[in-house]
Amino acid sequence: MASTVPSLPPLDIKRAPEGGEIGPIQTGWRLALREFSRNRLAIIGLGILAFFVLFSFVGPFFYHADVLSTNLTAANSPPGAGHPLGTDNEGIDVLGELMRGGQASLEIGFLSAIIGIVLGAAWGAIAGLIGGIFDSTLMRIVDVLLSIPFLFVVLIVAVRYGATVLSLSLIIGLFTWLVPARLVRGEVLTLRTRDFIAAARTAGARRSRLINRHLIPNALSVIIVNVTFNVADAILAVAYLGFLGFGLHYPNYDWGDLLSNGTTYMLDGYWWLIYPVGLCIVLTVMACNLVGDALRDALDVRLRRR
Amino acid sequence: MTAYLIRRFGTSIVILIGISIFTFALLHAVFPSPARVVLGPKASLAAIEAWDRSHGFSGTVFSQYWHYVDGVLHGNLGYSFKANQTVAALFRERWARSLYLTGISTVLAVLIAIPLGIYQAVKRNSIGDNVATSLAFTFYAMPDFLLYLIAISVFALTLKIFNYQASQSTSVITVIGDWRSMTLPIICLTLLIVAGYSRYMRSSAMDTLAQDYIKAARAKGLPERLVLYRHLLRNACLPMITLIGLSIPDLLAGNLIVETVFNYQGLGLLFYNSLQNEDYPVLLAYTLVGAVLTVLGNLVADIALTVADPRIRLT
Repeated sequence: MASTVPSLPPLDIKRAPEGGEIGPIQTGWRLALREFSRNRLAIIGLGILAFFVLFSFVGPFFYHADVLSTNLTAANSPPGAGHPLGTDNEGIDVLGELMRGGQASLEIGFLSAIIGIVLGAAWGAIAGLIGGIFDSTLMRIVDVLLSIPFLFVVLIVAVRYGATVLSLSLIIGLFTWLVPARLVRGEVLTLRTRDFIAAARTAGARRSRLINRHLIPNALSVIIVNVTFNVADAILAVAYLGFLGFGLHYPNYDWGDLLSNGTTYMLDGYWWLIYPVGLCIVLTVMACNLVGDALRDALDVRLRRR
Repeated sequence: MTAYLIRRFGTSIVILIGISIFTFALLHAVFPSPARVVLGPKASLAAIEAWDRSHGFSGTVFSQYWHYVDGVLHGNLGYSFKANQTVAALFRERWARSLYLTGISTVLAVLIAIPLGIYQAVKRNSIGDNVATSLAFTFYAMPDFLLYLIAISVFALTLKIFNYQASQSTSVITVIGDWRSMTLPIICLTLLIVAGYSRYMRSSAMDTLAQDYIKAARAKGLPERLVLYRHLLRNACLPMITLIGLSIPDLLAGNLIVETVFNYQGLGLLFYNSLQNEDYPVLLAYTLVGAVLTVLGNLVADIALTVADPRIRLT
């Protein structure tokens, strides 16, 4: 028996591996970040978004314009001295209005997206985890609300509950949570069967801990992409509401409302009341969509190379 | 197959009931009764209560809901006190016009989007593909009314080719013949719908093009035209079925933004006017009809997809 025991090869220091080069990062969030930064359109989109955030929130510190007092002698004046983008029908500087409007639009966009994602992710995670009749009921509720045309209900509620940044965010958030709920539930159903969930359960984790510490972080890719698109949709929704007359009014501004005021003067050819605002809305929404698309592609890579 | 249909139908009924409860509760919370509207702001509380009782607006939410649903199932969609007509009469005046506008735009959009998507997939990453993708992306990011305003401003006000508002005629035949007024809304709406459809069509055509049977057909020596027409076209069209099904609500519930900007007397404009006037019975009936049509559209899309694609196994 002793003769059949295989012997180890002699230790050869010269043939020991010296290690290789540090290669490009192959896994994890860094991979996603690298893919994202490779996408030129995404960088442009991020740049545009950053520009508008700075324009709206930091701009007023550098460009002082009085957006509260009216000055009818200078009403509807084209771009010129003192007013780079002209004035509106009450004599208020358009550029200043754009900055204030940007603040409201961006705030409502981000706030409603956050409300939507928090509510939606919680709803979806709980439904997916508990399963059974509870899951069916929760998802039927989501289906019911998804079937109701979004614009109609938002308009009806906006008529009654008026227009402040918070109320508009809540109203839009009321419909934003539906799609994340479905997405997160789908992700949770997939993740539920994984070993780490079984391990956590065996270790005695409660449901809330499972959701907060295990399920949601792993569903994060889907959630992040969805949040970006929700911001874009919310900014568009605010523009629609404002245009139809249910947005913020003087002394607050939002882009949709500015556009609505501008269209009254279309026949007079006052282009500075329409095109700058329109351009702001289009660029911001496009930037969000670009970033969202790029994030989806980058996070897809991350998932594939897990 | 029938078991699936029955189950799907059952789910739809449950969802419809849920929608009716939600919509009614929402509108009841926002607007409990039109007594003030009818009797005026100086009416006494007693008069208001008497009016409420005689017109069925007193009683618990549940009994009011029950009466309302009972009415709807018998064709009575409510009565608009501001317009002094039944809601059904208001809808009857306008649904044909809304159907025409959205219908013809959807048909044109499908006729444009399918060849466009196939072209984009076949000539992938060419200049044409990139231009089409960028345009679609821009239209997608643009709020609808901005496109309409720019179109009106350029084509109707500056160039004076078309009329700046849609046809105001009540007869659908006149509307169809009035190309000067209807061209702008139809073209703009078609462009926007194509922008939405072309993304799906492009990716679907690209996926289909990568399939093995396309390679086999080409290897067999089939002319490219036949490969595209006989194999690619039919298989790439499947997402369009879902998209068309999902656009059924717009056909009858009208397109709010188009009709508002172009002043087209359809159901969408009726909704907008009722919002301004706070005419809640119309709003309630409209939202309900819109939701019912959405559920129906989903159902039709699902069934049509199953009929068109025998690979889908229904469990």
